[in-house]
Amino acid sequence: MALRTLFSKKAFTTASGFRPIAAGDRCFLRQARGLTVAALPDLAYDYGALEPAISGEIMRLHHQKHHQAYVTNYNNALEQLETAMAKGDASAVVRLQSAIKFNGGGHINHSIFWKNLKPVNEGGGEPPHSTLGWAIDTDFCSLEALVQKMNAEGAALQGSGWWLALDKGSKKLSVETTANQDPLVSKGANLVPLLGIDVWEHAYYLQYKNVRPDYLKNIWKVINWKYASEVFDEETA
Amino acid sequence: MQHQTLSCCGGVRASSPPPLSFRWSKIKREGGRRLPRCARIAAHLELKPPPYSLSSLEPHMSRETLDYHWGRHHRAHVASLNNLIAGTDLDGMGLDEIVVASYNKGNPLPPFVHAAQVWNHDFFWQSIKPGGGGRPSGRLMELIERDFGSFDRMLEEFERAALTHFGSGWAWLVYTANRLDVGNAVNPCPSEKDNKLVVLKSPNAVNPIVWDYSPLLAIDVWEHAYYLDYENRRADYVSIFLEKLVSWEVVSDRLDVAIERAAERAREDETRRLEDDAEITHSEAVEMYLDSDADDSEAE
Repeated sequence: MALRTLFSKKAFTTASGFRPIAAGDRCFLRQARGLTVAALPDLAYDYGALEPAISGEIMRLHHQKHHQAYVTNYNNALEQLETAMAKGDASAVVRLQSAIKFNGGGHINHSIFWKNLKPVNEGGGEPPHSTLGWAIDTDFCSLEALVQKMNAEGAALQGSGWWLALDKGSKKLSVETTANQDPLVSKGANLVPLLGIDVWEHAYYLQYKNVRPDYLKNIWKVINWKYASEVFDEETA
Repeated sequence: MQHQTLSCCGGVRASSPPPLSFRWSKIKREGGRRLPRCARIAAHLELKPPPYSLSSLEPHMSRETLDYHWGRHHRAHVASLNNLIAGTDLDGMGLDEIVVASYNKGNPLPPFVHAAQVWNHDFFWQSIKPGGGGRPSGRLMELIERDFGSFDRMLEEFERAALTHFGSGWAWLVYTANRLDVGNAVNPCPSEKDNKLVVLKSPNAVNPIVWDYSPLLAIDVWEHAYYLDYENRRADYVSIFLEKLVSWEVVSDRLDVAIERAAERAREDETRRLEDDAEITHSEAVEMYLDSDADDSEAE
């Protein structure tokens, strides 16, 4: 990894050679010339490891093309924002907001999404226990009811977008959908994402075509409830 | 079978504007008070096939894509729309009217997404053809050059709209008349130059007829439109669409319809304004007569 490549525009267009500074860091940021830029996080499993629920081809495209594009475009927008702010160009600052929200949101959402998934032989699909399990039973009556609700909202969503959330203020769980790549926080500053399901067509089309309900039914087999529990415990501690 | 052939051929019908009031929500709120089953008008909107075979757009748009895009997505919208409007006030209306009515001025009702997507997809299939592409000519080319500077500049803007749209939606080339959307306001010096070609984009199912534009060309940038053939490469899909698929003849025909419609509405506006003027003039004459009476009595 050559530090000098960070200084050129070209460095932002390829995933290869990018490694996060702190692999455990949720935001996968790195420092360059004072501007903190985003980097594509690695997956904790192979592209094919979630089959047959999600095909390796989809995982590869989703990660290497779609998520990478969000990272690249987010970084570009941040650079332009830095310049606009330095020049005091208010209209440029405002104009860049939608690109930042869309691409930044896409980066945030997908970084969480990869952690929401796990191969079956590593615990994917295993239902939540203890604290999160009880919270689900309290707020939704049962895991089945929660799954049904998320599937119904996910199937009904026109276009794109997402979520299972914890409201930090009330300590209650809720199911929220957001449009396009809006991150969950755009629906409420107190909302913490525990589990998200990408219902953009690129997340399932090559395998499930127009039958989004089948994708939603199958994805639960590879959902990583352990991660959701960890976040839940941390936020409710 | 309902007739919505004109709207599906891509022009907006040159007829009176759709009724603004309807009772969709009222019917639903009143405990779903629908007509009894025997009296219900069954909605009969049909899935129109594209005017070419499903394989004939290969290799630019595969048979498989058409099978899913037309055969599943578009078909599902037709079925859902028929289900949702059966027995309601929207049942029996033309598709254009259903779209505008269910858009509900920006607060869309449940049938909207299906109505608009049926309209949009009919329009989309008609906008392309095997052996498409090339360049337009005649009045369409003149207006493109007038409003964009050049054909290439228009293509650039159209591509940019299609590529920078965040999320699902559509990019459009539309003809817009400079009408003020306020009851008694009138364009004081209307001219043909006020009517312009414009490129715009819309999210999800939204369709420019709800803004009173006349669509001429559309490209579907929902991922299902291109994912099987181009995966994430939307840019490739958009350039192939413009180079190899667009039917400029259809776009041109739609422009003729749009221009005629704008001219007809301008004539209606003019007639209305003349009638209003005549009314004012007439009543002023009466006023003057009364005033002169009052003056005489004061003089005495």
